[in-house]
Amino acid sequence: MSERLREKLNILADAAKYDVSCSSSGSDRKNTNKGVGNGHTSGICHTYTEDGRCVSLLKILLTNHCIFDCAYCVSRKSNDIERAAFTVDEVVELTMNFYRRNYIEGLFLSSGIFKNADFTMERLLRVVKKLRLEQNYNGYIHLKTIPGASDELIKEAGLYADRMSINLEMPTESGLKLLAPEKSHQDVIKPLAFVQNQIVQFKDEKKLIKSVPKFVPAGQSTQMVIGATPETDKDIMYTADRFYKNFSLKRVYYSGYIPISNDTRMPILGTQPPLLRENRLYQTDWLMRFYGFNVREILNDANPHLDIDIDPKLSWALRNLHHFPVDINTADYRMILRIPGIGVGSANKIVQARKFGKLHIYQLKNIGVSYNRAKHFIKCADTPFQMKDFQSTQIKAFILAESQSKYLKTDIQQLILF
Amino acid sequence: MIYVFDGSLEGLLTAIFEYFERKPKSIALKTGKLFQPDAFTETLHIVNDRKKADRVWQGLQKRLDGQWSRKFYCAYLSELPEIHNSLFHFACYIFSNEAGAEKNYGNPYVLVTSQIATKVEREKHRMEAFIRFQHTADGIFYCGIDPDFNVLPLIVKHFKDRYADQQWIIYDLKRHYGLFYNLLSVEEISIELSNQNLKQPSSNQLSEKEELYANLWKDYFKSTNIESRKNTKLHVKHVPKRYWKYLTEKQLE
Ligand code: SF4
Repeated sequence: MSERLREKLNILADAAKYDVSCSSSGSDRKNTNKGVGNGHTSGICHTYTEDGRCVSLLKILLTNHCIFDCAYCVSRKSNDIERAAFTVDEVVELTMNFYRRNYIEGLFLSSGIFKNADFTMERLLRVVKKLRLEQNYNGYIHLKTIPGASDELIKEAGLYADRMSINLEMPTESGLKLLAPEKSHQDVIKPLAFVQNQIVQFKDEKKLIKSVPKFVPAGQSTQMVIGATPETDKDIMYTADRFYKNFSLKRVYYSGYIPISNDTRMPILGTQPPLLRENRLYQTDWLMRFYGFNVREILNDANPHLDIDIDPKLSWALRNLHHFPVDINTADYRMILRIPGIGVGSANKIVQARKFGKLHIYQLKNIGVSYNRAKHFIKCADTPFQMKDFQSTQIKAFILAESQSKYLKTDIQQLILF
Repeated sequence: MIYVFDGSLEGLLTAIFEYFERKPKSIALKTGKLFQPDAFTETLHIVNDRKKADRVWQGLQKRLDGQWSRKFYCAYLSELPEIHNSLFHFACYIFSNEAGAEKNYGNPYVLVTSQIATKVEREKHRMEAFIRFQHTADGIFYCGIDPDFNVLPLIVKHFKDRYADQQWIIYDLKRHYGLFYNLLSVEEISIELSNQNLKQPSSNQLSEKEELYANLWKDYFKSTNIESRKNTKLHVKHVPKRYWKYLTEKQLE
C-alpha cells in the first residue's frame, strides 16, 4: 500500500517538475475557523532543490495519463512511460501530512487530461473542496485551470484556490501549432480572461458586501517554454508583455526547454537547457515590471535578441549613451532607476538621502550602488573631471574586464538580477 | 562607571531608568558574567524593578514606532555579549534627543541595533521555513532546534496562527526550554530528557506513520530536482549547510 503510494509520488512529482512556478506569495488567507494553515503574504521557501530552485509547494499531477500528444511534454500520449493516478483522498492525505510537518506552504495541483477537460477539472475541484471544507485547510493552493473546462467548474474552483494558472507553453501561436497541432493560444486566452473577469467582479462586490468570499486572491500566472521552438527573445517578451497587460497576470515564468525526446522538431536529447538565456529573459521581465521600461526599448526589430554577455539594462544604456551621464543629485527617480549598477532599493535611498545634502561617491557606495558599473553613467558631487567621452564599446570592455574575474568565479547558471 | 545587571530585559530597562536618575559621565553596562571588578571603576549593581522597567519600555514605545521597538527587542534576543551595552546606549541616545534620532545611522549604537536585529529576523524567518515536525506517538508534532539566537519568542505567533488545530512543541536544545501549544494557548516548558533524545526522538516515541511521511517527503525532494540544471553553489547559498541537520530531506534513509 505505502510502496505504491511512494511509486505514484515519484512518477507524478517527476512529471510536474517542469512547471517552474513555485511562488507561495500573494495570499493573506487567515486561519479563522481554527483549522490548519494560513497564507504568508511574501511566501516561504521551505527548502531548495539541488538545482537551486525554491520548494514551497507540493507540486504534483493528479495523473500523468493524457489524451493529448504535445511534443514538448513528458506526459504526452505517445510517450512510453509509466503512468499513475492519485485518488482524491491520496492527494488530500499527502497535502495535510506534509503541511502539518511544516514541509510545505501548500499544494500545487495540475493534471494530464484524462477523458476530457471537464472530467479532469471536476476531479481537481474535488481535491480542493475536500481540503477546504472537510479538512479546514487554509494553506496555499495553486490550481491549474484545465483549458476547455466549463465556466461553472472554473468559477467554483476559483473560490477555493489562491492562485490559478494556465500555460501558454510556446511563445507564439505558430510555435505551438508546430508541436501541438491540437492546441491554440485561444484555448488559454478564454479561461484566463474569464478568471480575470471574475476576479474583478468579486473584488467590486467585496467592496460593497464584506461577506463576499475571496476569489483567486493571489491572481493568475502562466509559463512559456524557451528554446524548444525558434522564437526570438523579442517574440517571447512581446507575448509576455501582452499577457501582463491584458490579463493582469501576477507572473510570467520562462522555462528553458529540457530535451525529453528524440523528436526532430526540437533540440536533441543531451542539449544543455538555455539557462543563461532564461536568466536574461527574467531580467527583462523585471525591467518591465519594476524599472519602468517599455519592452520596445529593450527589444525591437533592430535588436530582436538579448545580449548574452551583458544584462539587458546595461545593454540598453550602452545603446542610449545620449541619456548619460545622469546627475544623481538632480535627476528624477525614473532616470536613476535606469542607471546600470543601481537597483530599486538604492534608487529609493538616493532620492531620500539627497534631501539632506549633495551625495558623494563614498555615500553611493554605502547606499549599495555597485559603483564600478555605475561610474560610467553618473555624475555626483565629487565625480572626477573626465577628459574625453568614451564610446559604448570601450565602456562595455571596461565593465566586462572588471567583472570578468567575478563572472568566471560564479557559475554562469546562477541567477543574478543586476 | 559600570552598571552590572543580570542579563534580563527587565534588568536592562531598569539600568536605563537608573541612568537618568543619576546621569553619570562615562558609563558601560555589563552582565554579572562578564563583569571583572577592578579597584578603580565605580560600579552599581542594578536591582531589577518591574515598575521602572515598564516605564522605560513605555517611554521607548512612545518614541519609537512599532518597527523600531521590535528591532530593539530582536537585538536583545541575539544574546550577543556586547549587545546589552549597545542597547543601553541606544536607548539613552533616543531619550536624550529629538524624535527621529533612530534614523541617524551615523550613530554607532543605532547602526548596531539595526544590523543585529536584521540578523535575528533572518534566523526567525529561516526557522519558520526549516523547522520540520515529527509526529510523536502521543499525537504531538515535535521539533528540537538550536538556533544561534533566542528566536522562540519571535516565532510563537507564526506557528500558533498556522497550526491552531494540532498540538506542537518546538524545543530549544541550547537554551533548554520549549514552547508547547495545547490547542488553546502556548506555554513555556522544559523537558527532562537527554539532549540526544530531544534532538531525535527514538522510533518508538514516534507515531506509526511518521517514517512513511518522512520517506515520502525525501522521495519528493529527489523527484522534484532537475538533474540537468544542477547548481550546488546556488543550493548551498539558499540552504546553508549548518541548517541541514534540521531538514528531513537531508537525512539519510
Ligand atoms: S495536454 Fe498537457 S499533459 Fe497532456 S500532453 Fe499536452 S501538455 Fe502534456
